[in-house]
Parts: sequence; structure tokens; C-alpha cells
Amino acid sequence: MVLSIVHRATGIALYVGTLLLAWWLIAAASGPAAYSHVQAFTGSIIGRLIVFGYTWALMHHMLSGIRHFVWDLGYGFKANEREALTWGALIGGIALTVLIWIIAYAIGGGR
Amino acid sequence: MSTTETPKRSMRTPLGRVRNLGAAHSGTSDFWRQRLTGVAMTLLMLPVIVVVMMLLGRNQAGAAQILGSLPIALILLLFIFASAWHMKIGMQVVIEDYVHNEKLKLVAVMLNNFFSIAVALASTYAILKLSSGV
Repeated sequence: MVLSIVHRATGIALYVGTLLLAWWLIAAASGPAAYSHVQAFTGSIIGRLIVFGYTWALMHHMLSGIRHFVWDLGYGFKANEREALTWGALIGGIALTVLIWIIAYAIGGGR
Repeated sequence: MSTTETPKRSMRTPLGRVRNLGAAHSGTSDFWRQRLTGVAMTLLMLPVIVVVMMLLGRNQAGAAQILGSLPIALILLLFIFASAWHMKIGMQVVIEDYVHNEKLKLVAVMLNNFFSIAVALASTYAILKLSSGV
């Protein structure tokens, strides 16, 4: 189905996104000035959208990957099972992303 | 073993028979490591999310203190190692599917290795630096 290309696309996005994670870790190790640049970026609208997109890509890719793992083990090949796994990954990925961001804002990450 | 036996009158050299079998043509080690690292990251996902949540809204000093603690550094190091390996294999599959020019493919696979290793080492270095408090 079309979702297999989404699995691939989210994988590529996550690949590029590791630059952001590396930047963040290096900044934390470098000092307050470097870290404040990262925080300025992740606090901006664009930065926040990118991190939100990254969260979704990660959650979707993980669930979609679990779906592939179920298939690797030889289960879930019936038409209704394939549908259920695919919709589960799609809806689950969005739900987990929203949940993570609600928790993040609740504990004060939105400041 | 019967499938790997050489036909008696084959003109192919041993090198010719094994060439191009690596990296997703018919080898299985990348397939296995892709699953292994995927499962590892799935298991590490919740701890990693908790770590990121702990860092939200903190300044550099606070973040550095948390990132430098042993259990958190270990969680992140494992995650970095697994994800670098996973993404290296995944991107190689994508390259092999879409890049058909042999020389271009070679360059792309090399760059993919360089990128994955560089990101992993840079992140690892940062965590080790935070852990040693230098």
C-alpha cells in the first residue's frame, strides 16, 4: 500500500533529522551560548514545527516498523489484518505524537 | 549445500560467483541488523522520550548535568549506536533501489557511511564530554 513509501520517507526525514539531534547534544556539551542557539531555534515557530514533524516521523516509523516486524514473523497477512496493522500505525503514530506534545507542554516545555 | 554447488562445467571464477551478493542483493546480515537495531530502538524509545522530557525548559547547565549522569548517558549512547547503524542500512537500501549508475551508487553508499559514522561519533563525543564534565 501507499504507506510503505511513507515508511521510507519518514526514515529519510529521520536520517536528516539526526543532524538536529547531534547539534543539540554538541551544543549542550559546548556551553551556554551554543545551547541558547539551539533553544532559540527549537523555540521558534519553524523550529517547533520541525520538531513536531520529527516526533511524528519517529512515532510513525516505529509503529510502521513494528508492522513490518509482525510480517517478518509470518503474521498479519490476511486482508483485514493488513488493513488493521496499517491503520494502527497511521492512527497510532498521530495519537502518540499528540500525546507526547501534550505531556511536553504540560510539564513546561512550551515556554 | 546443493544450491551452492558449482556446476561442473562453469566458467565462472569464485570471485564472480560471490560478487554483488552483499548489501541486500542476497546477503542477510544487513536484514538481520536492521531488525536488531529496530527492536533495540523500540525498547529504548520510552526511556529516550523521558530523557528529552526531563530536559525541556532547562538551561545549558541543567541540561548538561542531566545528560552527564551515567544511566542517561548510557541510554543515549545505546540509542545513538542503534540508530546510526539502522539508518545507515536503511539509506543504503534506498540508494540501491533508486541509484542505478554503478559509480554514482558507490559514491552515494560511501557518503552514507561517512554521514552515519560522523553523526554517531559527534553525538557520542558530546555525551562522553558531558559525562566527564570537561
